[in-house]
Amino acid sequence: MSTTPTTLFDKVWDAHVVKKIEDGPDVFYIDRHFIHEVTSPVAFLGLKNRGVPVLFPEKTFATADHNTPTINQHLPVQDPLSANQLKALEDNSAKYGISHWGLNNPKNGIVHVVGPENGITQPGMTIVCGDSHTSTHGAFGAIAFGIGTSEVEMVLSSQCIMQPKPKKMRILIDGKLGKGVTPKDVALFIISQITASGATGYFVEYAGEVFEQMSMEGRMTVCNLSIEMGARGGMIAPDDTTFAYLNGKEKAPKGAAWETALAYWKTLKTDADATFDKELHYHAAEIEPQITYGTNPGLGTAITKNIPTAADLNEGESSYKKSLAYMGFAEGEQIIGKKVDYVFLGSCTNGRIEDFRAFSSIVKGRKKADNITAWLVPGSHIVESQIKEEGILDILTEAGFQLRQPGCSACLAMNDDKVPAGKYAVSTSNRNFEGRQGPGSRTLLASPYVAAAAAVTGVVTDPREFL
Amino acid sequence: MAYDKFTVLRSTAVPLPIENVDTDQIIPARFLKATERKDFGDNLFRDWRYNPDNTPKKDFILNDGTYSGKILVGGKNFGSGSSREHAAWAIYDYGFRCVVSSFFADIFKNNSLNIGILPVQVSPEFLDKIFTAVLADPKTELEIDLPAQTIAIGGTDDKESFAINGYKKHNMLNGFDDIDYLQAMKSEIAAFSGKSFY
Ligand code: SF4
Repeated sequence: MSTTPTTLFDKVWDAHVVKKIEDGPDVFYIDRHFIHEVTSPVAFLGLKNRGVPVLFPEKTFATADHNTPTINQHLPVQDPLSANQLKALEDNSAKYGISHWGLNNPKNGIVHVVGPENGITQPGMTIVCGDSHTSTHGAFGAIAFGIGTSEVEMVLSSQCIMQPKPKKMRILIDGKLGKGVTPKDVALFIISQITASGATGYFVEYAGEVFEQMSMEGRMTVCNLSIEMGARGGMIAPDDTTFAYLNGKEKAPKGAAWETALAYWKTLKTDADATFDKELHYHAAEIEPQITYGTNPGLGTAITKNIPTAADLNEGESSYKKSLAYMGFAEGEQIIGKKVDYVFLGSCTNGRIEDFRAFSSIVKGRKKADNITAWLVPGSHIVESQIKEEGILDILTEAGFQLRQPGCSACLAMNDDKVPAGKYAVSTSNRNFEGRQGPGSRTLLASPYVAAAAAVTGVVTDPREFL
Repeated sequence: MAYDKFTVLRSTAVPLPIENVDTDQIIPARFLKATERKDFGDNLFRDWRYNPDNTPKKDFILNDGTYSGKILVGGKNFGSGSSREHAAWAIYDYGFRCVVSSFFADIFKNNSLNIGILPVQVSPEFLDKIFTAVLADPKTELEIDLPAQTIAIGGTDDKESFAINGYKKHNMLNGFDDIDYLQAMKSEIAAFSGKSFY
């Protein structure tokens, strides 16, 4: 019997369709659901108003992250509105029997960091969360994407959402990455090539040597940024790297269940002759350390290059000029040497242990520049412990840095970690939108290496000088 | 949450000819701290609309008094970024029922349909025509006919069709939401879940 070749995406998607609605979306089954304090309260209110229970509370996991302080977490949260949201998450979780990792729980951290590090995220799963960077979990060969609050309510009440099946895109990158070029640079490079809406309507599979060689942390960084090219999500076929990462994690299958799971997971790959709606192909050698200069993640370039002119881009000219005016940059200017005020290492994009290792490898034996305020925020308590155990904290302290406590922090600046108006921040997070890191803040997105180089020199610097 | 039915909407429009309007602009994160859906319209486009001292910025379109209506017209890639449904709530609560653009971000589009805002995707050429007509005469009305799936510019012969799947169209026409639909499927879902691998 011959079967039609299919993609990894099709295999996982089709296995989760409860029902196809004619001329409508699929009723799509969700294996794991993450919730946090900001996008869940109104969904719980909806359940209450309808008098509907949570169908499978054991498939939902709650963590507090978006709106939490990153210092003095042992003290009561000062901001009454934030405290109220955290309390609502705790109460709703208790009421419906959902496991809740609140502030000060040793498992607490950013939702997209704690899911994988505790083995909740597994290959072949469908995973959603009311946060667009849910795409992170695609690194394990899962279909994972962000949803709105109405959909959070749907998952709580029925474990399903209504989704039209997206189109498929494959991004192939072969070759080996050069010195100082990280997974973050790979993602920023792709976005700069295809723009911030270049993959809208698609689900992306990343394939080729670059991704095969990448660590799980790196794959998470890449899949995390899928949403910044407009894609609903991105995924990478699970392989030995994936299995080794998962083996022994708390919620990963054990014993015979592990063997069964492994046998299934090994089938999760795109068949040789399967086709995609769109395919893109790049070579690792094209990719240099990247940095953004505008107000969407597509406005980025190799760090050694100059800011493009409107004529170089196919962005609308007035929107581009507005963007540069906000940033205080001029067309054609050099980015290297630009003064920096803040450095933010953290977020679900680059708040994992490898990111802290990379950052510390540059600041080791150097000193923080006087003009820099640095916020180094681990993605979770587990990452925080690793930082301490591996001696990274000592390196950071020696260089004049402090470590904060886990949370989303300046990634979205809902708490007190706000970059002041007009100030420049080199950030390892994922969005450089106007005001994202605080009203009037100016964000340059980059890798942990670039962040470290800026932190010790006080200006935008090519990190390869230090490697 | 239930919302008003949508059939034919004839209204003046507010033009926002900016590309990549992201959900952080539509409603900044610091206004997401509520635990109920209330007053989000007050903070729609907060940082474009108000100065840091909370006085209105005179030159922002929602403040200058020339333009009003139930239709918001935005540039390409409207609603990119965060999945916050608060962005759609803010637009709805402010009084818009329809957003027109040449391209929408996926999650924003889903969220809008789920809460009763109709996202109407038109060709880039038609979007230009709308901007030209509305900017030239703020009294220009747009007519959005959901049953016929057309959008027309009042006072001209310009008209274009738009796409929406049959299921969502039915929901919008009747003010239904997906949760009612899914509730009715619970036994089928439970059976599916029983066979699922995870
Ligand atoms: S770190 Fe930023 S992108 Fe990630 S979950 Fe938190 S707010 Fe969202």
